[in-house]
Amino acid sequence: MIKTEEAEVLEHPAIKYFRFGAPGNPHIWCEGCGIGQIWYYTAIAIDELGLDPNSVVWVGGSGCTGRMCTYWKYDYMHTLHGRPLGFATGIKLANPDLNVICHMGDGETSAIGGNHLIQTARRNANVTAICVNNYTYGMTGGQYSPTTPIGSLSATSRYGLVEDGFDLCELVTAAGATYVARSTTTNPRPSINFIKKAIQKKGFSFVEIISQCPTFYGRSNKLGDNSIEMMDWMKKTYVRKEQFDKMSAEERQGKKPWGEFVDTERPEVVSALHQLAKTQREAYRG
Amino acid sequence: MGNPRLLTGIHLMQGQQACAEGALAAGCNLFAGYPISPATEIAEAMARRLPQAGGIYLQGADELDSLTIVIGSVWGGYKSMTATSGNGICLMQENIGYAAMTETPCVIVDMMRAGPGTGIATKSAQGDIYQVRYGSNGDYSIIALAPESPQEMFDLTVEAFNLSEQYRVPAFILGDEILSNLRERVVIPSEVKVTPRRKPTEKPGEGYKTWAVPEGQWVPPMPAFGEGYHMAVSSFARTADGAPSQAYDVQKEMVGRLWNKVEANADKLTRVEDGFVEDAEVLVVGFGSVARSVKAAVRQARANGLKVGFSRLIGIWPFPDQYVARVGKNVKKVVVAEMNMGRVSREVQRCLGRDTEVILSSKPGVAMHTPVEILDQIRKVM
Repeated sequence: MIKTEEAEVLEHPAIKYFRFGAPGNPHIWCEGCGIGQIWYYTAIAIDELGLDPNSVVWVGGSGCTGRMCTYWKYDYMHTLHGRPLGFATGIKLANPDLNVICHMGDGETSAIGGNHLIQTARRNANVTAICVNNYTYGMTGGQYSPTTPIGSLSATSRYGLVEDGFDLCELVTAAGATYVARSTTTNPRPSINFIKKAIQKKGFSFVEIISQCPTFYGRSNKLGDNSIEMMDWMKKTYVRKEQFDKMSAEERQGKKPWGEFVDTERPEVVSALHQLAKTQREAYRG
Repeated sequence: MGNPRLLTGIHLMQGQQACAEGALAAGCNLFAGYPISPATEIAEAMARRLPQAGGIYLQGADELDSLTIVIGSVWGGYKSMTATSGNGICLMQENIGYAAMTETPCVIVDMMRAGPGTGIATKSAQGDIYQVRYGSNGDYSIIALAPESPQEMFDLTVEAFNLSEQYRVPAFILGDEILSNLRERVVIPSEVKVTPRRKPTEKPGEGYKTWAVPEGQWVPPMPAFGEGYHMAVSSFARTADGAPSQAYDVQKEMVGRLWNKVEANADKLTRVEDGFVEDAEVLVVGFGSVARSVKAAVRQARANGLKVGFSRLIGIWPFPDQYVARVGKNVKKVVVAEMNMGRVSREVQRCLGRDTEVILSSKPGVAMHTPVEILDQIRKVM
């Protein structure tokens, strides 16, 4: 709210968490990119949960999404491409009181980091993984990733992609994640709520957020060269899971579900290892 | 009740077990590793012993996973270690560069085996000399120590932990398969000197620069996550407050310091054992398990009246340039015995210049030099 005479400017609710001074001030993302929205959803989720921000470590890797952590004002670890979840597991093992949140792009999550993803889900390490899926490697200029749908055009599939992408929510569900949800940048409130539940879950949690990359994926595939057109495409493509479940195979053509897929409990590795250490330490007689 | 971290006493111990006990004595909190010969029994020993000391063993999904867990745990406040060999040290290179760039203290044990590739998994070699030093991209420095016995597998593992804290670098144990499986007397003392992590003395606050290097020191103090310092940890080139930078001055200052914090302290980090060097005409240099044959051969040669000395390099990196230049100055010839096609011999030649003849006594792994073979070599060059 801005009044002309006595300027009254409301502070942005997430600005207190923002680290200024990183390159591309205030940030490096292109016009219309969805990553900033997801940065905001995460910060608001932390804020609404009332977490001490000094107990929250953001972990990222490489690429556009990998940079998200570098704007978190509190502790962050900007790691190697594909490997945030290994580092995150190490941090959590050393200090289980910390809330460790990883943001990873689709390529990072599922290509170079695929085994870290599977193993962290299998171990059920109590860390939160947020996958920003925009179907593209943005930082390097718009190449296809393992989530890019068959037929897509990209900088490395000029004649149409001949391999099909895969569903990361199904992958982590099979691998044993205890909380799995998908949202889109067109759904701010569900996105925030899913992230809140993911942070609170005592176990490996995975939130995939479909995001727009108008600069590369949108423009290359005629889905829109701006965020508005791409979000229209997203709204047409992604339907609520509850609705999707009722649709016939024919109706499902070209549609994908969003919502919560898994919310369950399994033995968690970090607490189990600390319990083991406690038991063995007490039993030790020399 | 005994101290689970320090098995004070005299033991008959395998090299890998001694390494694990050294890690416990040095305060290791976490071990993450992937089974690989001939380093698997370090993981097995840690899996059994660490929980008794209240520590954490986690098996990595591979060597990349293992070292990321190690580095992450160090930033969470732990002291941590991994152990590997052959293909495993290849896979760790990316994370080694990350640890060097983020100045993360950690210990990486490389029990060298015959290569290249899978090579011969259960046979010894000393081929990873350059790999632990130069294997990752860009310029950085590390510390590497080469034990010759299970006793030194214990002693030098403790020292590797301490030096990694002091210089904030990955510190390597460069062992080999022979030391992995050799069982010998190991004396564990009643006390072990442990270097604690150097934390900031200042409280966190707006003005405090977490990556600023205090006057007269080589490395910044290291807070852990969760202590309120708003740590920016990244392998980007960075300014003193952790902001990523692409400026030449920042890169120059930072990489220069990453290199020089070890290289400029090479004299302080020189660890050698030598004998009969004062009047030696020929000097035989060796390290690791091969050094034991070197010492036996030189003693035998001396008994036969030959003017030969030996020099065992314990610290391989930083390379002991000054020491080698000094000890090799007055000898006519230097023989370097190593289980590879020539690594340390090149460094020795570099230190001594072209005026001194440096002869490589090479075995490419699997079979170790026998004392007789080295004695024959001495006779040949004299």
